[in-house]
Amino acid sequence: MATVAAVIASTHHPFYYRASTSAGADRPPFADEWVAKIEAFRQTLTRAEPDVLVMVGSDHFHQLWLDNMPQFLIGKAPFFDGNFYNEEREFGLPRMLLKGDEDLAAYLLRSGLDAGFDLAFSNELRIDHSVTCPIITLRPQADLPIVPVYTNIFAPPMPQPARFVQLGRTLRQLIEAWPSDKRVAIVGTGHLSLELGGPRQFGEHGPDPEFDRKAVAWIANGDIEGCLAEVTLDSLHAPGNATHGFMDFMLMMGAAGDGVKADYADGLDLFHTMEAYFTWYPA
Amino acid sequence: MSRYLLDKFLYTVDRDPSLVERYRSDPAGTVEWWEQDMADLLLNCHVAEKTTWQTFTSEEREALLGHDHVRLFELGAHPFLTLTLFIAMFERDHGPLEYQRAYARAMDHLHLPYPDIAT
Repeated sequence: MATVAAVIASTHHPFYYRASTSAGADRPPFADEWVAKIEAFRQTLTRAEPDVLVMVGSDHFHQLWLDNMPQFLIGKAPFFDGNFYNEEREFGLPRMLLKGDEDLAAYLLRSGLDAGFDLAFSNELRIDHSVTCPIITLRPQADLPIVPVYTNIFAPPMPQPARFVQLGRTLRQLIEAWPSDKRVAIVGTGHLSLELGGPRQFGEHGPDPEFDRKAVAWIANGDIEGCLAEVTLDSLHAPGNATHGFMDFMLMMGAAGDGVKADYADGLDLFHTMEAYFTWYPA
Repeated sequence: MSRYLLDKFLYTVDRDPSLVERYRSDPAGTVEWWEQDMADLLLNCHVAEKTTWQTFTSEEREALLGHDHVRLFELGAHPFLTLTLFIAMFERDHGPLEYQRAYARAMDHLHLPYPDIAT
């Protein structure tokens, strides 16, 4: 059976690429500290020696649109092009090309459907910064095949938070039952408190540091019960209007396991939103 | 109320470099053309398979004509779509993060709960 070599949950800050590659007057004052933290975080994936990456993220109205919106979708294709014109324009992100693992994607689709998740699929998926940012931060050589798992954290109506946790648990179980000798890392990105396009955007910190403090504790301690007791689709409006992206962190808590403390936890308080990095090594 | 159509305008303009420039320089002409020729296009279908019933309300049309991001927010346009497009159009006229912060300040009078964005 396959091995879950690591479970990794992270924010996906689209400005990291530009900040880390800029020089001179263009280089922001926080870039060096940010790069050092990312390079340390990257080691946590490298040492897991993965063969394939299951990448949990969310399309930001790039390919997926309101005339045909899936809640949970798996990409099954031999390749995935990455990043869109408006991400190049706003964030300076590069065009990328990643390989896909079609065997694992087909397995997750079939077994996921049989496990009670009516997963949508795509055979031609262009991935956006929710997947390419963690490739840039955690695996910049972009040499491993991926299976993208997209969630809807963006367009109401969305699935309940508990459903994200359940999907994370199910992905973990399914991968551990995959008849393969490969080492699989499950890497997912979301947000802590975040406001986009509203009055609390682009502040000196994330819009709700108190929510961030609680969220980091839930994740680091694997406190799914405590998290689910407080987080609802309605409650996530309060910390910032884009905070539903936290549900992808909840999915990753499900993948990491109930009550399982992260083996690695780090963060960085940036303008606009807080960065957070977690890694678990399943036994 | 046609929040979906507002979002469709923002989405289809934002993803096309030439439309971003056209909407920046000629909002009235762009909105009129878009509502006439683009609003009914079903994005994943042949052009002949058009929808037949899409139309803006007058206040939605006015908000788009006026590049009025505050009004668009109040009307329930998806804030991410509005922000992304407006940064593309207007960030260039300002210093680093200056536009984003002014965009937020213009909404200081708005408080939770924010307008519904469900489509």
